[in-house]
Amino acid sequence: MNSGGYETVIGLEVHVHLKTQTKMFCRCRNLFGAQPNTHVCPVCTGQPGVLPVANGKAIEQAARAGLALGCRINSESVFARKQYFYPDLPKNYQISQYERPIAEKGHIMLGDRKINITRAHLEEDAGKLIHAESDVSLVDYNRTGTPLLEIVSEPEIDSPQEAAEYLKELRQVLRYCGISDCDMEKGSMRCDANVSLRKKGSKELGVKTELKNMNSFKAVEKALEYEIKRQEKVLGEGGRITQETRLWNEDKGTTRSMRSKEEAHDYRYFPEPDLPRLVIEAEKIKSIRDSIPELPAARRRRYIVQTGLSEYDAGVLTQEKEISDYFDAACGMLGDKSSENIKKLANWITVELLGKLNAEGSGFREDVISPPHMAELVGYIGAGTISGKMGKDIFEIMYNKGVSPGEVIREKGLKQITDGDQISAVCREVIESSPDIVDKYMQGKDGVLGVLVGNVMKKTRGQANPAMVNAKLRELMGRRQ
Amino acid sequence: MNIKDTVSKIKSGKQSCRELLDEYIPVILDGQEKLNTYITLLLDSAKERAESLDARIAAGDSSGDLLGIPVAIKDNMMLSGTRTTCGSKILENYISPYTATAVGKLIDAGAVIVGKTNMDEFAMGSSGETSFFGPARNPNDPDRIPGGSSSGSAACVADSQVMGSLGSDTGGSIRQPAAMCGVVGMKPTYGYVSRYGLVAFASSLDQIGPFASNVEDAARIFTVIAGFDEKDSTSIAPGESDFVRWVHEKGMKLKIGIPREYMGGGLSGEIHNRIADTARRLERSGFEIKDISLPLTKYAVAAYYIVAPAEASANLARYDGVKYGYRTPSPDDLLEEYKVSRQEGFGDEVKRRIMIGTYALSSGYYDAYYLKAQRVRRLMERDFQEAFGDVDIILSPTSPTTAFKLGEKTQDPLQMYLSDIYTISCNLVGLPGINVPVGKDSAGLPIGAQLIAPWRCDGKLLYAARQVEKIYE
Ligand SMILES: [Zn+2]
Repeated sequence: MNSGGYETVIGLEVHVHLKTQTKMFCRCRNLFGAQPNTHVCPVCTGQPGVLPVANGKAIEQAARAGLALGCRINSESVFARKQYFYPDLPKNYQISQYERPIAEKGHIMLGDRKINITRAHLEEDAGKLIHAESDVSLVDYNRTGTPLLEIVSEPEIDSPQEAAEYLKELRQVLRYCGISDCDMEKGSMRCDANVSLRKKGSKELGVKTELKNMNSFKAVEKALEYEIKRQEKVLGEGGRITQETRLWNEDKGTTRSMRSKEEAHDYRYFPEPDLPRLVIEAEKIKSIRDSIPELPAARRRRYIVQTGLSEYDAGVLTQEKEISDYFDAACGMLGDKSSENIKKLANWITVELLGKLNAEGSGFREDVISPPHMAELVGYIGAGTISGKMGKDIFEIMYNKGVSPGEVIREKGLKQITDGDQISAVCREVIESSPDIVDKYMQGKDGVLGVLVGNVMKKTRGQANPAMVNAKLRELMGRRQ
Repeated sequence: MNIKDTVSKIKSGKQSCRELLDEYIPVILDGQEKLNTYITLLLDSAKERAESLDARIAAGDSSGDLLGIPVAIKDNMMLSGTRTTCGSKILENYISPYTATAVGKLIDAGAVIVGKTNMDEFAMGSSGETSFFGPARNPNDPDRIPGGSSSGSAACVADSQVMGSLGSDTGGSIRQPAAMCGVVGMKPTYGYVSRYGLVAFASSLDQIGPFASNVEDAARIFTVIAGFDEKDSTSIAPGESDFVRWVHEKGMKLKIGIPREYMGGGLSGEIHNRIADTARRLERSGFEIKDISLPLTKYAVAAYYIVAPAEASANLARYDGVKYGYRTPSPDDLLEEYKVSRQEGFGDEVKRRIMIGTYALSSGYYDAYYLKAQRVRRLMERDFQEAFGDVDIILSPTSPTTAFKLGEKTQDPLQMYLSDIYTISCNLVGLPGINVPVGKDSAGLPIGAQLIAPWRCDGKLLYAARQVEKIYE
């Protein structure tokens, strides 16, 4: 984005909660929404004499994330203490990584744009302060010590929209790998944004501000938009930007200064003496790499290039790994894998199945209609065994009862009539019983043909192939002429 | 009588655990009154414990290498349900919510814990005088300090109140008071004894170890508490399960080195002569004595007083009055709550070290202080490796002086720090070291010899210690 002769430089620091059974340095459950202070122990409440023991699963998750983001995994990384006093931090230091993070130098592709990732490091989360009454604050240590991965981008994002895109892509990759739910509303993904402006064409970075307290992708976008306008105004009036941390206020739609650079913490980082260097063997890295599924970008490319789907459909199908897996599974079961049939399948999934699930407010579920059932249904339609219209009715029954389309067709006798003689017999019947309409048709009123088709469909309970009926009616009436 | 014979007596039914404890209780009470050895006495629970052990024995189970043995632990070790003060006002009423691994191992071996011993506040001190609960005194002369920081753990063994105790050693806090009280005190290889449940002073230097009246008992207690602990990521498996056998080892030849840097200026003449005498007698017993050099010794105190306070400044940050421990009664706001609680809860020496450590880790100073000190540690490691290429064991004085008078050095922290000049290197490098009493000076005060062994050679250390002990029997 550039206006007023400035261009925008944005860097994002994203924290994601890692999905693990237990916390980062103790064996308390890593759970949300429990009664306050029910998942705590001497270690995560910072009692005297306790020691941290790193969670192997969290390390694996962090390495998996690093690899999925194209990072180099450091075979040896170092935990460090980041020191500051706050009641939600029981030890008054956070175990994090500073000089040697677990992962470095990755990237995310946004179309053809490459946004580089500086580093990703492991750390423990703090607790939650609850300001209960006027002069009382409470603290819940359930979240204390849960594993976090901080992913830092290079300052290469050039607009609030691109920032949101980056976050969406990042979320998708991490969700595909089962690393995190990445739900900003629920706090399993948090984002701080550094933003500065510089004269167009200048190589030097301007003074940046750090934005905090955005609770959705939309909020990140809005906060950045506001902050860019604010900085433009300051610079436009000949002023200077102060390096500071600013808090986004969602209700007011503004940012306000929280602390300046001078008030910034000196975190007094030093290597955590209670933990040895974190060593990951090359073999382990390989096995983690092998466990990474095909990522959304690759799947989108495959759908577009190999399958001929539209970019839009490819996007919808890959929004979640479960949907894409479902599509791939159903696709593999299609008898006729013509591109036309595959497109039909994509359509039935994106429009009918997702539409229905969305209407019910439920997330994607593959158990309502299994991939083989879906493939079977599309197969019948593709082969002309049933019409699209019948397909929808059958889909409804499948959705509600979990039965296969074949069963529905057999039970209800819903099979499409494609037998020429049978159709011809019904058409004759209809022509003979509707002389008035036939007359009108003969006089050249083509529009009434639809009435005759409708009557045939009625007599066949909708099972006759409409195209065949149409042709047969014309043929029969033509001969009589 | 040593631990082994006492345990046999109990196992054979000649004496019950309770009877044994009852012999010790008057000594403990008397010693506590004269020497202020304990911060918390646990005599009621000790009696119950002794009785329950007796019941167990009656039921046919008389297992445990320390069955019925009365012991004490330094008050910086967690024992569930008991107070753990660390000698500080800030933890005056803190009740341990769990038990330290090493303490749990003592209990599993059948030991009876009679109390939690006095100590310098957060183990910061070399005389026991920084304790919020008043100083412990030296049984050899109650007007003198027992050494520190494990002041009570050394004094209670020297005073025969218990058969053994646990201390912790960050820069000499086991060996130096052992020397001043005239008992055996061992600092194992870093990692051999779990630190889980030991209130941290300086994490990369702290190590738990035993005090006992003789080398064999020390080896027995050490055997019980040593071992890998999955709760301590810095712990290592010793690779052997019986260190007592080293004490009975015979005929093993050793080349013993005496570093000239440990025998120079600042060392009392009497101690110098006694260590030289020890060396001569060892030579006569057939051991080779060699003059060696550890040239980096002169940097040890400086490096130590960067690393230890730096780690301490972070380790002690948790004492803020928010979750537990002392909180100032009515602070105006959060910042004041932090500042005043810590100001009122910590003593001067602790505050001094937190200040030094905070400074050393501050942005702009980190490289010049902390990083450089860590580099010195690695160089010192090489220094020792070279020395141990030449000799099997190092012999030196444990402390430059014998026990000094209470109050003599409290106004001069630097003089106090020099009290650990010979013991600090072991901690910086992670080596095992031990103090063995080698008689007394002309004033009747104990003199200690320190032995240092290569990394993970704790068995050899105990063997050498036994050879020195024999000389003065
Ligand atoms: Zn916990």
